[in-house]
Amino acid sequence: MDVNLLHHNQRPVVNTIMHDISGYDKHPAGQNIVVAIMSYKGYNMEDAIILNKGSIERGFGRSTYYRPSIAEELRYAGGLIDQVCIPDKDVKGYKTEKDYRFLEDDGIIYPEAKVREGDVVIGKTSPPRFLSSMEEYSLVSSTRRESSVNLKHGEEGIIDFVLITENEEGNKLIQVRIRDERVPEIGDKFTSRHGQKGIVGMIVPQADMPFSAAGIVPDLIFSPHGIPSRMTISHLIEMIAGKVGALAGRYINATTFDAEPEERLRKELLSLGFRESGVETLYNGQTGEQYEAKIFIGSMYYLKLKHMVANKIHSRARGPIQLLTRQPTEGRAKEGGLRLGEMEKDTFVAHGASLLLKERFDSDKTVVPVCESCGIIAIRDNYKNKSYCPVCGENVDINDIEISYAFKLMLDEFKSLGIYPKLQLESKY
Amino acid sequence: MADIISEYEDKLPSKIIDDIRSSIPKGISDAKLKKIMEAAYEEYKNARVVPGESVGLIAAESIGEPGTQMTLNTFHFAGVAEMNVTLGLPRIIEILDGRKELDNPMMEIYLKKPYATGKRIEELKHLALQIKETKLRDISTEFAINIADFTIEIKLDKDKMKEIDITNSKVIDPISKQLKGYNIKDNRDSLILKARSKDDVFNDAYKTKEKLKDITIKGIKGISQVLPVKRDDEFVIITAGTNLADVLQLEEVDAYRTATNNIFEIEQVLGIEAARQAIINEIFKVIESQGLNVDVRHIMLVADTMCVSGTLKGITRYGVVSEKSSVLARASFETPIKHIINAALVGEVDNLDSVVENVMINQPVPVGTGLPSLAVKAPQKAKEK
Repeated sequence: MDVNLLHHNQRPVVNTIMHDISGYDKHPAGQNIVVAIMSYKGYNMEDAIILNKGSIERGFGRSTYYRPSIAEELRYAGGLIDQVCIPDKDVKGYKTEKDYRFLEDDGIIYPEAKVREGDVVIGKTSPPRFLSSMEEYSLVSSTRRESSVNLKHGEEGIIDFVLITENEEGNKLIQVRIRDERVPEIGDKFTSRHGQKGIVGMIVPQADMPFSAAGIVPDLIFSPHGIPSRMTISHLIEMIAGKVGALAGRYINATTFDAEPEERLRKELLSLGFRESGVETLYNGQTGEQYEAKIFIGSMYYLKLKHMVANKIHSRARGPIQLLTRQPTEGRAKEGGLRLGEMEKDTFVAHGASLLLKERFDSDKTVVPVCESCGIIAIRDNYKNKSYCPVCGENVDINDIEISYAFKLMLDEFKSLGIYPKLQLESKY
Repeated sequence: MADIISEYEDKLPSKIIDDIRSSIPKGISDAKLKKIMEAAYEEYKNARVVPGESVGLIAAESIGEPGTQMTLNTFHFAGVAEMNVTLGLPRIIEILDGRKELDNPMMEIYLKKPYATGKRIEELKHLALQIKETKLRDISTEFAINIADFTIEIKLDKDKMKEIDITNSKVIDPISKQLKGYNIKDNRDSLILKARSKDDVFNDAYKTKEKLKDITIKGIKGISQVLPVKRDDEFVIITAGTNLADVLQLEEVDAYRTATNNIFEIEQVLGIEAARQAIINEIFKVIESQGLNVDVRHIMLVADTMCVSGTLKGITRYGVVSEKSSVLARASFETPIKHIINAALVGEVDNLDSVVENVMINQPVPVGTGLPSLAVKAPQKAKEK
């Protein structure tokens, strides 16, 4: 459902016969850029790449991200129906007035509104769920629930398009499309056409980038460590071919088994006034010194992939918990926590850090009263301020212990199997 | 000098004391020697594992992590053609599961002196052929059932019989031992089996024929292939298939060094201590052959755990795990409901002694910092009065 569109896409300079056959050149997915293969300040290790800030400011890798938010007026049993509107102040779950500020009279946001996380884009109310029995004298209409569609944590953008229509059952269907301009930032993923993918490790100002005597500055710096073990020679040959194509002003045919011979391309490069090997003398952008080694620099077709860090970055200190286990929720969309799995638990045990392990696992800790004589979980009556055991009565010792809620849940599951899980308490000291 | 060293006999392991004794220069003064012994003792104390260290888990990690680096392919057994050996991760799984039936059982038979050096090479080849198990099907060309006469005729291959050096009588003996109810007649190039009782036995003629084909005529049961190889100046026989008990009884075999790769068999024939050492050797061999580096102590711990009960128990839910005293620990490994219900039926008590249970109920784990508990001195109340 999400769509990414690259702003300034170009036909690749180095192409094959398949491009004509498949019509790739009508919908190209990347841009031809100047690539240098060198290590630069250690920011392009482990497949990371370094981008030129000036190139980004001039539009390299800029894309727009579109995402639809959908709301339907569902019908429920008893003739009840959702309603798309600005919710009244007395509906259950009403947010603040500020959250609904963008909604027009029909409860739908207007195009070109600039929205951030938490803002409501489609206001909707639902009839109350019949979980608890209806009281005799309550009015149904006053207890509607809020069920608006809002922007999730970390999302922002501008409303692009609003669609109001009906679905097949005749219920009102609303789709609101949000667009967000994504400028390349640290963490966004790029790739060449040879399986050399990597994320942006650093964005360097153009003045600090290495430059050649003619003033050419690379748009992208690629680490040489990614080549030897992967043996992607085609990556290197494309750089030479792209350089020839860019300088001679023609497209290079790189069809499999029928490509322009590498020797011929190198001779052509020589005739255009550059070294046959494709290396050039570059100078340090910051100090002006000449780099002792000649750097391999050429032109390549690079694509921006849809894994952008803005869609993935996630953090949580404390947040929502699950109803059943009282443990933190799962997943970025539910603002979840990261699981400390069995093997991660093993690392704590291996270090002997036993109290740290205990602390890491008490996200769901609860205090439960336990009866001394029968060993099952007792009842604490906070109003009358006393504890009693459902089996043994009031005249028994009841002690409070702190356990994880998941363990209490497991004891309940045992009880449901007909097993009597008796807890034998012992003093800590 | 000797008494100062012997003073430390119960403080230091005997190997270290022997090493010191052999490397100490003669005529060293007593004071210096005492200093050396003290220093050695201090080093030894510091090298010991600290109480509370979770050695089991560290052993598991240390073996498991290089396991992820191991390739799952079979390497080509350099120099020896056509031998299929389980290598790498599948072999380690085989050993640690305590499997009784291996994918590629194999024995290395070392020979006693005159045979090993290759002086009596003809006898060596002869021996190899003798060990190899020959079944009736290998030396016969045809099995013919004659319903009219109630007979089965077995046509023998004379050349093969000469290779293995057996005569017709040597074929008849095992057949008569393993197949009751038939009279066997030697007919030079073939054997004729005539049923003693007419009716029932002959109805199963086809079944009998199949059974006949599998009868061992010569050789040791279980050994399917034999291969004499030269290794470091001595001849060794490598076999596919194992039968340690019978092979060790051959007089040409050097029983001190002959080995098999079936740990269960080693336990049966040579005992649990030998099985423990075999486990260590086999696992170490696999890890080393992959170019990885795991300290032998981790493997020793795993081998000890498998053998501690007196019989070989694999690291599976039927083996070592079933020995664990804690219900919750067993339930958290595999098949939870079965363990919990069985425990509830007999009223088992879980003492919450070990790691897994305490993690489940969110209490400090009894390893490392959780091992010691605090003793509090109660204040004296009597003084108030």
